[in-house]
Parts: sequence; C-alpha cells; structure tokens
Amino acid sequence: PTSDDTPEVLNRALSNLSSRWKNWWVRGILTLAMITFFFIIIYLGPMVLMMIVMCVQIKCFHEIITIGYNVYHSYDLPWFRTLSWYFLLCVNYFFYGETVTDYFFTLVQREEPLRILSKYHRFISFALYLTGFCMFVLSLVKKHYRLQFYMFGWTHVTLLIVVTQSHLIIHNLFEGMIWFIVPISCVICNDIMAYMFGFFFGRTPLIKLSPKKTWEGFIGGFFSTVLFGLLLSYVMSGYRCFTCPVEFNNDTNSFTVDCEPSELFQLQEYNIPLVLQSVVGWKTVRMYPFQIHSIALSTFASLIGPFGGFFASGFKRAFKIKDFANTIPGHGGIMDRFDCQYLMATFVNVYLASFIRGPNPSKLIQQFLTLRPDQQLHIFNTLKAHLVDKGML
Amino acid sequence: EVDLEERLVELDLRSDSDIPDVPPPTDSTPEILKKALSGLSARWKNWWIRGILTLAMISVFFLIIYLGSFMLMLLVLSIQVKCYHEIITIGYRVYHSYDLPWFRSLSWYFLLCVNYFFYGETVADYFATFVQRREQLQFLIRYHRFISFALYLTGFCMFVLSLVKKHYRLQFYMFAWTHVTLLITVTQSHLVIQNLFEGMIWFLVPISSVICNDITAYIFGFFFGRTPLIKLSPKKTWEGFIGGFFSTVVFGFVFSYFLAQHQYFVCPVEYNSETNRFVTECEPSELFQMKKYSVPPLLQALLGWETVNMYPFQMHSIALSTFASLIGPFGGFFASGFKRAFKIKDFADTIPGHGGIMDRFDCQYLMATFVHVYITSFIRGPNPSKLLKQLLILQPEQQLSVYKTLKSHLVEKGILEPSLRG
Repeated sequence: PTSDDTPEVLNRALSNLSSRWKNWWVRGILTLAMITFFFIIIYLGPMVLMMIVMCVQIKCFHEIITIGYNVYHSYDLPWFRTLSWYFLLCVNYFFYGETVTDYFFTLVQREEPLRILSKYHRFISFALYLTGFCMFVLSLVKKHYRLQFYMFGWTHVTLLIVVTQSHLIIHNLFEGMIWFIVPISCVICNDIMAYMFGFFFGRTPLIKLSPKKTWEGFIGGFFSTVLFGLLLSYVMSGYRCFTCPVEFNNDTNSFTVDCEPSELFQLQEYNIPLVLQSVVGWKTVRMYPFQIHSIALSTFASLIGPFGGFFASGFKRAFKIKDFANTIPGHGGIMDRFDCQYLMATFVNVYLASFIRGPNPSKLIQQFLTLRPDQQLHIFNTLKAHLVDKGML
Repeated sequence: EVDLEERLVELDLRSDSDIPDVPPPTDSTPEILKKALSGLSARWKNWWIRGILTLAMISVFFLIIYLGSFMLMLLVLSIQVKCYHEIITIGYRVYHSYDLPWFRSLSWYFLLCVNYFFYGETVADYFATFVQRREQLQFLIRYHRFISFALYLTGFCMFVLSLVKKHYRLQFYMFAWTHVTLLITVTQSHLVIQNLFEGMIWFLVPISSVICNDITAYIFGFFFGRTPLIKLSPKKTWEGFIGGFFSTVVFGFVFSYFLAQHQYFVCPVEYNSETNRFVTECEPSELFQMKKYSVPPLLQALLGWETVNMYPFQMHSIALSTFASLIGPFGGFFASGFKRAFKIKDFADTIPGHGGIMDRFDCQYLMATFVHVYITSFIRGPNPSKLLKQLLILQPEQQLSVYKTLKSHLVEKGILEPSLRG
C-alpha cells in the first residue's frame, strides 16, 4: 500500500470527519486544484502548455518504468536505468525534430546548425537510437538475459504509448487550442459525471474489471458530456485565441494565435430536424459547425475513452498495484489521471487528419524546394493550369 | 486460482537456471538428404545439410528476382507472416498461454490491421492512377487513417473485454509481446518493400551484403578464427568479423557494378495502368551513370591507375556494406540473447539445418531500416506526384499564396522567365 501523501494542512482540517467523507473531500479539493491549474496554464499560452505536456509525459514514463522495476525486481540491472532514459530522449528528439521542422520552417532555415540538423534529422535520430540498441546488446549479462529483454520490451511499449501520444497532443494543440481543450475537458467531464450519476443512481455493474462503474453512470455520463461539449465549444468558438492555429512569428520571435477564423468557427443557420422541433420549439438554430464535430469528440470520450481506463485497471490488477504512483493525494499517480486521455489524443489527431486539416502549405513548399528543377517546373505549370481553370488567375 | 497466479509469477521471476528448457525441435530434414548423407560423420553431415539448404535458398532468391517485383512483394509478405507466427508461438510456449481466450484470433487480427494500415499508405502512393478510377477505393484511401484506427480500436476493445480474472497478467504479457513483434517484423517488412519500390538494386544489394557477411565471416572464422568476439555468441571471432567486413565491402562494390548496368534493377518500380503491370523502365538517374573519379594518391600507388570509371552508386554501396558488416551483426547478437533468455535453440525448425525463418532474417531487420533512412536522407527527394496531389487539395487561397511563393523562387533561380502577368 502506498504511503499517505496528503499534506498536513488538509489532514488537520479534516481530522474530525469520518474516513469516508475525508477521502471524498481530499479527492474533491485536489480535483478543484487540478482544474484551476489547468485554467492557469491555458491562460499562460501554447509554449507553457507544450512544456506541461512534456513534463506529464516524462512523469508517466517514469511511473510505468518504475512499476516494471518493481515487478521484475530489476532495479539493479546493469545500465538499465540509463538506457531507459536514453531511449526516452531519442524518441523525444525524433518527434520534436519532426514537429519543429514542420511548424518552424522559416526559423530553421535561417540558422545554419538547425538547418543541417533538420535536413538529416531522420538519419541522426536513427543513429542515436542504434547507439542505444548496441549498448543494450553489449550490456546483456549472462544471469539476467530474460529480465533485460523484459525491461527492453517494457520500455519500448511504454515509449509507444506515452511518448507518441503526447506528441499527438502537441500536434492537436498547434491546430488550435480548442482541439486540445475540448477533448481533454470532455474526458474529465465524463469521469466526473459518470462518477456522480453512479453515486446517485448507480445500480447495474458495467464490467467486472472495474466494479465501481455502473451502466447508469456510463449512460448519464455520456449524455452530460455531449451536452457539456456542445456548450463549451459554443463559448470557445467565439475567441480567436482558441480557434486559430498556433504559429511562430519570425519577426517577433514568439507564438501568435491570430487569424481569420475558418468556416468551422463561423456561425451558421441549421434547420432543426422535425423530431426535435416539437421538443425545443425553434425552427432553426445558429450554431458553429465545430459544435457538430464536438458531438463526435464527446461521444468518443464517453463511449471508447473508458476502455483506456479499463485497460489501465486491468493492468493494475495484473501487476497487483493499487495506483500507478502516489503523486497526487487521493488520486494516485499522474498516469491514473491520464489513462483515458491517451486514446482520446490519438482519436482527435486521426479525426483532424481525416476530416479537418488539409496538408500544411509551408511543409509543401519546403518539399518543393528540394526537388529537381525540371520536376519543380512541371509541378508549377500544373498548378498554374489548375488555378487558371478555377478562374483564380 | 490464486495459487496458479502465484506459481506463474514465481516461474517468471526465478533465475534463468530454474526455468525448464523448451523441448528441442524435431528433425525435419527430408528423407532423401538423410539417405544420401548416411555415410558421413555427424559433423560433416550437418555441414552438408547447411550447405545444400544455403544453395537452395539462394536459388529460390534468384528465381523470385527473375519473376519480378510483384512476386518479391508477395515473398516479403509471406516471410513477414511466418516470422510473426514464429515469434508469437515462442510467446505462447514461454507463457504456457496457448489456451488464453481469444488470444490467437486477436494476434492475427492485429497483424491484419497493421498490415492494412501500411499497405494502404503504400498503395495510395504508388497506385495513384489505378485508384483514381475506382470509386470505392477512393473512399477507402481518403479516410484510410481513420478506418485503420477504427479497426485497431475494435481489436483494443475486444482485448479489454476478453480480460479474464485468472489470466490478467498473462494476457497483458501476450498483448505486449504481440505489439513488440508487430513493431519489429511488420514495420520493417514494409520498409523493405518501400526500398524495393525505389529500385530493385536497393533491395538486392543490402540483402546480399548481409548474406555475404554471414557466409564470409563464417568462413574466415572457420579457417583463421582465434579471438572470441562477444560472450553472447561464442562461435563468432574477431578474425571472422574483420575478414567478413572487408570481403563484404569488396563484394558489395563489385556486385553493384554489375547491377547498376541494367535498367531492370536500377529503375523505380512503377505501375502502368494501361497494361496493368509493374514496369521498371526509366532514364537511369545520375547515380547509375558512369563517372570518372580521381583515385586518391594513397591508392594510386597500389592500383596503378590515376582515374577510375565508377558508378556513384558504388560509393553508396560501401556505406551499405559497412553497415551490414559492423552493425548488422548486432541484430544477430540481439536474437542470440533473446534465444538464450528464453532458452530456445532456434526460433522454429522450418529450414533443416538452419532453424526458423527468423533465424535467417535476424540481421536483415536493422539493415532494412538503415537502407530506408539512408534513402530518405541522402538519395530520394519527395515524390513529385504525391506533392502535386497534396497541392491540389489545398484551399484556393492557400494555393494562390503557394503559387506566388513558388513563382518567385523559380524566377530567382532563373528556371522561369519573368513574365508580364502571372
């Protein structure tokens, strides 16, 4: 059992209440603290958000790797702690390099060392990874082969889960803060709403893996989250700082979120289907198209997101641990709070790539500049013919 | 129930010596060979079997090359499926988990999903004209990522729903084992196919270099081997390693010279929509045109020439052979360590005298990734038709601004004459 991490202050203030209510209050206060913290960093801007995502990623990685050490009693394996952190560094270097090259193209082209690093980025990342791989092979010790392979596998699966998805979150963030805030809020809302509905109305158990979850909580959470998503999107779509893609301004050397809002964030008249007309009493409604997308996002958060939570519950039961760590009093580790978020991040990224975002123009220009002159000419002429066709030239 | 769990936990965590060996694979040498070699001693018999099978494999390799790129693609796919099967089977034996509910279906399902994802990405790029003509394919291509993700998610949810109280730990182990295996075998087989599409020479030279390094390191070790190389593989020696390195570089150099002359090997594989076949015909790129190189003064004395006619590709082949000889073996050591860790002699017993398919391909995996990264970093530019396709998807205002940027760039470089109106 993990040690009791609750700060002394809270302990004294709540010393009179029974232990059940005390736990409830501790969880409630910490939930409010985390939500407040969330609002503060949103206010501070994309750069700080990026750093927070990075920190959360490192902490989650550390928590899962530590569990691996405890499971396999392998804390003293030669080299292994160093190698795990090294692989984390390599994979992060690879992903950050790809992101930086995409979004900060002009900045990168200006600085000579960055330009070379960016041009041969994949090769450098691969070479770094290979070095780690060879170090692992050289570190294999006769008595510990099996353990070392287990930890190698454990590290790689953790990297796959934790690091790739934190980078997907950052991609979503760059598309516009609303694509970062609405999904995360929907998952949090679903957590809280499902808990409340379960607390007050819960009767039928949902799944053997998590005995506390109930069908009433699940369905109640689903409807509340969709409603919450619609309202939150309505409020956020009005502000440019949330809907504009994050860009790097070369002149001021800072991040800017300023643009002409895209079609998604302009109010449109929608006809209400006849079924709802009698219920709601209006014939048409003014909505942002983004709110329709928010329904898809909240639906995923409520119906599929919980599977991420069940997966984590199964994992904890499989390895006989109560929580991933005891970082947050009353809640467990960082990973405990973020287990449902991971599937969500990938979904939003795939959703954006498939339905919303087109290709990145600056990335296309960057690729164009590396082609041969005859290829460049061919593409230029085809594009020109296309634009003339469309009447734009 | 608790006892079974705890017993399995103990089985896991005991030191290696306590874990029972996996039973040795059955001898699958064909009867013919056995009769022909019945007269020889056991050592020579093994040597002959290995030798004959090596020749057999190399002949099959040549045959498939002759049959063309499509057959090669099918061959790579079959090998990938077999390697995946071998590694997953080892997982079942290690964890005594052959009877886990759903697990066999789930493993094959995940293999299918990941292959679908990768083939979809490849097909969309290379078969653009074929795809344009068919409506259903267009839909599949446009929402490809979303469909692949949905398929994977279904598998993920099925896994979560299949978790059974007694077997949680085993199920998670097999889940992770499956994913790591997918990462290793499937991604790299697709990298091999991407290399193949770049030109058969990018497929043949790396694979041959690894095979050559295997064989020449063995031969040098056999005749001159004295100093052991690494504890993991006691049969490897420094003499074999270094001898293999130099022979492989020379082999790669000479082999590239011969391959670079034929369009069949040098040209990117393209799909001709009219004839519905793969064609390899093109104007050979600069890499495959003879150039005069000045021999550095150091080697001039040795060779006696002042200049030499070479293909630029041969310089690249030196990089490829060097990697195959110096880093490729680490893939082999990794596989040896893996076999020792799980106390198996070979991955399977598919090929008599050699073991499983995975035993032959363990060094190839690192090579495939290296060649792919090498090509994207140093050789291949972006694919022009893919770039054009993406340009045409952009919003009209974006297209206009891109057009203006491109125009100013081309005028600057003198490729385009400045005209009066855009």
